[in-house]
Amino acid sequence: MADSRAPAERPLSPHLQIYRPALTMLMSIVHRMTGAALYFGTLILAWCLIAAAAGPNTYATVQWFMETLLGRLVLFGYTWALLHHMLGGIRHLIWDLGYGFGPNEREWLTVATLAGSITLTILIWFVGYLVMGGM
Amino acid sequence: MTAPNHPSMRTPLGRVHHLGSARSGTAHFWHQRLTAVANVPLTIAAVAIIVGLFGRNHAAVVKILGSSFVAIVMLLFIITSVYHMRLGMQVIIEDYVHDERLKFVSLMANIFFCFAVGFTAVFAILNLSFGV
Repeated sequence: MADSRAPAERPLSPHLQIYRPALTMLMSIVHRMTGAALYFGTLILAWCLIAAAAGPNTYATVQWFMETLLGRLVLFGYTWALLHHMLGGIRHLIWDLGYGFGPNEREWLTVATLAGSITLTILIWFVGYLVMGGM
Repeated sequence: MTAPNHPSMRTPLGRVHHLGSARSGTAHFWHQRLTAVANVPLTIAAVAIIVGLFGRNHAAVVKILGSSFVAIVMLLFIITSVYHMRLGMQVIIEDYVHDERLKFVSLMANIFFCFAVGFTAVFAILNLSFGV
């Protein structure tokens, strides 16, 4: 954008569909998708906090919604998206520092992100449900 | 951003020096990483706090969220998350929205959304802490 001339017709770089799908590529897409989901999921957090501040009646509505099947699914999805994005972020930070670029390392890191996020989500819900006595 | 039509006294090199083509330098990249690093311990802490609220009645929830340590952790979590959200969504918009006008509207909406959600959550926490 250094000057106002019309841009010249240049060849475009190849986009997603030209590459063979790889796990690292899929996880990169999932990282962005979970990020976008969390963006709107923050509305739920704000809603819960405002309801808690508003009083017992308003908070009861939140509790009622969270106990419905839809509420549970949304909350479960939110937990997984948050943890997956966090672990994916750590993986990106490792890459930013220049580590983990080997063919085996990068695959291992990617699998670990997915396995870790699923395990942690189940573990948190297990703790939330059984130890704290449900919601 | 379209380039100005009037001729500039500045050389092309002087205009982009330290800034790059996006005119904001590496600030976006740096802030993205800064908030990402901050969000790792804060997310773990926030998840632990929220799991601790499961199955409790309103009075107990207010007491936990209003206590100083929990409130400070939640405030930090909200602020860093909302800023991280603004940066992330900006990249998504810049990647996929090519129409210049729609892009600017989206970029503005992104900032408004993050401020609105962030301030709502911050207000709620402060309200719970000070019992206004």
